Amino acid sequence: MLPRQAAARVPLLRALERSFFPPDSSHLPFHRTLCFSSRPRRAAAAPKEHSSNRYYVPQFQRDARFKQLDGEDVDFFRGVVGEGGVLTDEKEVAPYNLDWMGIYKGECPLVLKPRTVGETQRVLKYCNDQRIAVVPQGGNTGLVGGSVPTFDEVVLSLANLNKIISFDESTGVLHCQAGCVLESLYQHVEERGFTMPIDLGAKGSCHIGGNVSTNAGGLRYLRYGPLSGSVLGLEVVKADGTRVDMTSLLRKDNTGYKAHQLFIGAEGTLGVVTAVTMICPFKSSSVQLCLFQCDSFDKVVQAATECRRRMSDIISAVEFFDRSALEMVTTHIPGSRDPFQSASPFYLLVETSGQDEACDYARVEKLVGKLIEDETVTDGVYAENATQIQEFWKLRESIGPAMGHAGKVYKYDITLPLTGMYHIVELLKERLKGIPGHTCVGYGHLGDSNLHINVLAEDLSACQQLEAALEPFIWDYIKSVKGSVSAEHGLGVMKADKITAANEMAHVELMRELKRLLDPNGILNPYKVMR
Amino acid sequence: MRALVAVKRVIDYAVKVRVKPDKSGVELNNIKMSMNPFCEIAVEEGVRLKEAGTLSELVAVSCGPDKSQESLRQALAMGADRAILLKTDYRTDMELQPLAVAKLLKKMVEKEDPMVVLLGKQAIDDDSNQTGQLLAGMLGWPQATFASKLAFNSGLTGVDVTREVDAGLQTISLKLPCVVTCDLRLNQPRYATLPNLMKAKKKPLEVVDAASLGVDMSPRLEYLSVEEPPKREGGRKVDSVDELLDKLRNEAKVLA
Repeated sequence: MLPRQAAARVPLLRALERSFFPPDSSHLPFHRTLCFSSRPRRAAAAPKEHSSNRYYVPQFQRDARFKQLDGEDVDFFRGVVGEGGVLTDEKEVAPYNLDWMGIYKGECPLVLKPRTVGETQRVLKYCNDQRIAVVPQGGNTGLVGGSVPTFDEVVLSLANLNKIISFDESTGVLHCQAGCVLESLYQHVEERGFTMPIDLGAKGSCHIGGNVSTNAGGLRYLRYGPLSGSVLGLEVVKADGTRVDMTSLLRKDNTGYKAHQLFIGAEGTLGVVTAVTMICPFKSSSVQLCLFQCDSFDKVVQAATECRRRMSDIISAVEFFDRSALEMVTTHIPGSRDPFQSASPFYLLVETSGQDEACDYARVEKLVGKLIEDETVTDGVYAENATQIQEFWKLRESIGPAMGHAGKVYKYDITLPLTGMYHIVELLKERLKGIPGHTCVGYGHLGDSNLHINVLAEDLSACQQLEAALEPFIWDYIKSVKGSVSAEHGLGVMKADKITAANEMAHVELMRELKRLLDPNGILNPYKVMR
Repeated sequence: MRALVAVKRVIDYAVKVRVKPDKSGVELNNIKMSMNPFCEIAVEEGVRLKEAGTLSELVAVSCGPDKSQESLRQALAMGADRAILLKTDYRTDMELQPLAVAKLLKKMVEKEDPMVVLLGKQAIDDDSNQTGQLLAGMLGWPQATFASKLAFNSGLTGVDVTREVDAGLQTISLKLPCVVTCDLRLNQPRYATLPNLMKAKKKPLEVVDAASLGVDMSPRLEYLSVEEPPKREGGRKVDSVDELLDKLRNEAKVLA
């Protein structure tokens, strides 16, 4: 068993420069900045190296049944994927071993980058026969440590399976390989009058295969729904190397079990997604964006509900953040500014995407008039052009990166009942009050009742105290209100031990049955999702 | 003291522009339009002068189709008092050219009697950088272009304008009335706050048929073709100086 590193400096973080939020990325359906490859963009960098950042230390052992790689295995792999498809050099392999947050660090000595499905099949069959554990990896932008090895599992990168196979310009049906970077898909479909049904800050780096495997949510979930609705089919390679082609270009096809749905959100533990067919929505020509100030969370909910009711046909995003979150952004993100003259405890961002500029504006004007008249909002700004739309979105999207710049961040991604959703943040702020050197912020996809709580430890000496105060307090709270411990980020390795608390026993047993059926040797992404 | 500020509705700065296949111009269908960024700066300056008490009234003017009212609405929301649309169906990025616009604005100056006319230094669609200069010439007024700072004297009889020129910054003194065109660093335009958006609805917005002003608006320049710049190709590595010279001579054709 390989020794685990204890408290260690985080090396190479500066060199990694993962882009979570490209600074000029636009949230307009009709404009995307260019990103030509799946290489991480030079942009707002991943959390900076921090002197006593520690890596996650698993509280369980490496499964001894998995083979440790030897020279023969490496030779075999070389024979399948070619010299260029096998990475063994320490420096080359390092970025595949470290997650975006810089917390989860694996020790895989080998990264495989097959160029075709056939190569992927042969690699997996061999790993299954030899009992070599594998981590399928896309853009490595996940936030629960699910995309990197926990010990020495081999990384199977889908980056070379990056072709767009077809796109139907009348229906918006897209057929592409799993390694396509989301932003490149955006470019392709936008040129043809469509847009992608998911939008997240990581779009410059994440792969569609990874998005599907994690059932990624994001900023426009409110409008386009979950991926299970947009995905028409998948091509999957099973652990034993069998290729199962469930891709379909048909919008409606009830000719059997929707087995492909099993793999959506399975986080690579049931099979490796190698191709996706999905339906893309039409691009909107008219985007209206308002940023409101509200003096209480109840008012935020009221305003959001009113917006959703009146604009139900064109609403595309409802997001909120608190004052602390805005201050983190204006302090740490260059070029960002508070659009208002005075502070407010809460901010609500509402976006509509329609097809008639004049019509949509008139509706927004009416809505805004009512919100001001009823004093549901205390103030607001309206984005007059695309640049201002980007600026307002930046305030919301930079919260995560801003906190990452300042130190170690504890992130919680939870679903709670909408009314009183913010109460937990108030409770936490109270609970953490005595601990020096920390900031607690609340923000999230209000329209989906999805709250993100980030607690920043500026001073790493406070970590232990913070951790003790945060958990299990927050898990207990979520349980008491019947919420979800992971709204959209998934379980990965971070929350794999929560699966039994989050689901009925029979449900978990069913999941285990499926896992045993599809991956009897357990080689696909072990230690993740369920423990 | 009254000021006139001219605004133009153009393709949004952040939008990717596409050229029509027949090369006759840029595709305008279904493209997001907004106020020219330099005009925004001019409006902002006018509003700040109002707030400082230098101006008593700021009137926004635009020449273009009905939809240009959107930009006038934005000017009103930022703080202009009144707006006038000189309505014309000439394509504002090609057919309605600076000479025509200057003539139209001259008519407005004669009607409104401002002491200052503020404009953006140029529009981002045609990049002409001519309207302010032509207008000043027609009126016989002093002009200061590429303004990065305005300082009115206490008697409000003149203004010191700092201009951004190639050699650096130049400050000149103008008597009023005058024409000023605004450059990037003059100010950072404010956002339109909702209460101001509501107020703007009640401010007067007059629509006037530009043809009724008796001005010859026909274009003097004919566009022969509009093409996209050549696509950027990937760079290549060469192995020797000879190879580099060969490529410069025969491929890039930059050496004799």
